[in-house]
Amino acid sequence: MKRIFLGASVLALTASMAMAQSTHINIGDQLEPPHLDPTAGAAGAIDNVVYANIYEGLTRFSADGDVIAGLAESWDISEDGLTYTFNLRSGVKYHDGSDMTASDVVYSLNRARAEDSTNAQKGLFAGIADVTAADDTTVVVTLTSENGGFLFNMAWGDAIILNEGDDVEALKSQPNGTGAFTFTNWVQGDSINLARNENYWGTPAILETVTIKYISDPTAAFAAMMAGDIDAFPTFPAPENLPQFDADPRFTVIIGSTEGETILATNNKMPPFDNPLVRKALSHAIDRSAIIDGAMFGYGTPIGSHFAPHNPAYIDLTGESNYDPELARALLAEAGYPDGFTTTLKLPPPTYARRGGEIIAAQLRAVGIETEVTNLEWGSWLEEVFRGYDFGLTIVSHTEPMDFGVYADPEYYFQYDSAEYQALMEELTAETDPDRRIALMQDAQRMMAADDVNVYLFQLAKTGVANKNIVGLWENSPTQATDLTAVYWSE
Amino acid sequence: MLRYILKRLISLGLSLIAASVLIFVAIEIIPGDAAAYMLGINASPEAVAALREQIGLNQSDFTRYFDWATGMLRGDFGISYTYRVPVADMISNRLWVSLPLAMYALFLSTLIAFPIGIIAASKRGSVADWMVMGGTQLGVAIPNFWFAMLMVQLLAIKYQFFTAGGFPGWDNFWLGMKALTLPAFVLALPQASILARVMRSALLDTLTEDFMRTARAKGRTRRGALVHHALRNAMIPVLTIIGLQFSFLLAGAIIIEKIFFLPGLGSLILTAISQRDLIVVESVVMLLVFAVIVVTFVVDITYALVDPRLRRRV
Repeated sequence: MKRIFLGASVLALTASMAMAQSTHINIGDQLEPPHLDPTAGAAGAIDNVVYANIYEGLTRFSADGDVIAGLAESWDISEDGLTYTFNLRSGVKYHDGSDMTASDVVYSLNRARAEDSTNAQKGLFAGIADVTAADDTTVVVTLTSENGGFLFNMAWGDAIILNEGDDVEALKSQPNGTGAFTFTNWVQGDSINLARNENYWGTPAILETVTIKYISDPTAAFAAMMAGDIDAFPTFPAPENLPQFDADPRFTVIIGSTEGETILATNNKMPPFDNPLVRKALSHAIDRSAIIDGAMFGYGTPIGSHFAPHNPAYIDLTGESNYDPELARALLAEAGYPDGFTTTLKLPPPTYARRGGEIIAAQLRAVGIETEVTNLEWGSWLEEVFRGYDFGLTIVSHTEPMDFGVYADPEYYFQYDSAEYQALMEELTAETDPDRRIALMQDAQRMMAADDVNVYLFQLAKTGVANKNIVGLWENSPTQATDLTAVYWSE
Repeated sequence: MLRYILKRLISLGLSLIAASVLIFVAIEIIPGDAAAYMLGINASPEAVAALREQIGLNQSDFTRYFDWATGMLRGDFGISYTYRVPVADMISNRLWVSLPLAMYALFLSTLIAFPIGIIAASKRGSVADWMVMGGTQLGVAIPNFWFAMLMVQLLAIKYQFFTAGGFPGWDNFWLGMKALTLPAFVLALPQASILARVMRSALLDTLTEDFMRTARAKGRTRRGALVHHALRNAMIPVLTIIGLQFSFLLAGAIIIEKIFFLPGLGSLILTAISQRDLIVVESVVMLLVFAVIVVTFVVDITYALVDPRLRRRV
């Protein structure tokens, strides 16, 4: 009797799921966010849930990386480039029903740049001198100096507009935004559920409900896709499984680019890496294509500096550091290390680092550099490598968009200290003319390549898998996000 | 009996205090900082410092231990560094997966082990005995993570009887049970194999006892004597194993939880370690220690219930 009942209820459920399929989607993601407040944490997993779906900022990134209007309908920039007047959309409501007004913008920006702010990208707000509300739908932001990247900065997930008066601690588990989806619930360790915001100010979402499920193990993720439990995995954790999905008519494989410059970072202040010749030797000792093929199964684009190839200002500098082990050995000899040396290679957990690390160790050995390879968890990596400067080499992907500005910070973990580069960055920040900005960014790329600050490996690919009937997922990843506002089932 | 229980309770309390100190010290040694982990590699040092202050990481080790230990007495495990919610809530959510899973697996394990253990013992040397011994040998030898992947491949991907993993919650009891069935079965199989073998040898040991001959002499059938007399006497080693298995299932399902992506205690502790959410790690480990101690205590008491001789001795 019990068995019959179980069978019947399962049958009923399968039937209802089949019917609901056109308006529901199960998204898979590898890492669960620690909380859901993008203004108080760097975890990309937070933005993967909330960016564009739940929270919005003054501006936002479109699928191709352009900065477009968000909660600000339009803006005027004063002649001297110091005053931005944002005209907010009217009739925008938070999910709890309260109105989004200029005072919410003032509150959000002031909170992010405050003394005790715990915003992970506080630097985005550094140039703001003053924020005032002219009226309910007009916000005036004054900058201390011209900043050509200001609208870009305001598009980040860290710059979303919160509702003034909300308890920010409560928002971590119960977000209250203005986006096209509302937060339903969070089964910690398992999934997050969203529902369509019926009172959305803009084009409403097509999907009615969304479940984001967390599967950390790549094998389990593969099984869940194959079993049909997950409809789309926007960033699939195991590139080696992609050919199998590609061959399966039920799925489409979506390959795009991310903002992740993957580098073999070098401790620039530590001998022998303080010698430019040694760093140049490193650059020529590494065969990028072997790493892309061997560690990433061919997914990834070689880069010659810390700059994304899909950016209009990109210049291909991979030729500056072409694979030439003979030259590398000669450079080492010239630097005074004819027999090479021994150093440490500390690897954080991601696949690109662990697999890439083995290949790099072998390539370095071929030119006489021995590496002691240590695998670290993120927590230890941050402590030892990032804050402790206790490393020779490490592999990491810098996933923030346009983050070449970190090279101007001599305290940043690879400790590149070039007055010339720092001056260049200051000039770039102050420059608002688009053509001049491109020229300056190209200068920056040339400088990073010429100084061989790090070995620039490849741009991390976005490797997604989805049911072939799903339309509207982002191909590229101009910022960490799983924008579901335009996603739908084609049948 | 009462004095015995009281004495056991005191040693239980002392073990818990010792365990809490040991756990706190051992875990605080791990390098890494929850605040740095949360803010990532573009954060300014001031922001990290502000966050450390906010989540209470700047207090002295002693203050943090004292707050944590005394809080636990009141059932308050503190606030998670990363999630900013009470640790007690997080643990209880996960317990609603891990505890039923452990009980389900233990139930399946005894359900399989008892009959086959009894059959093997009662027909010692027969083909059935031979098959049970061979089968359980295999059951002990197969690594359960591999068996789990095999089951997923077959029953979730090929035939789609089950989902590949995940847990839908207890809103629908049957769906919850269905999601736990495959993991529970995978966990139960090696446990059942061990239990069946223990059952068989414990029964065989009692078969040579005098009271068994008496039972047969007074006219009990071979099977009747086995079920009514030998079984009860064989329970002590079996109960010991069941007690050990329950603690193991509660704490040791980490890999199986990962394969079936179940939101249980195992996956909680794993993420908490990588996020340096040490207060969560400490609390879960403490809870598991508590569970093991309590289960041992309960098993000790049941010995006395099963065996009246033990009751008299204490």
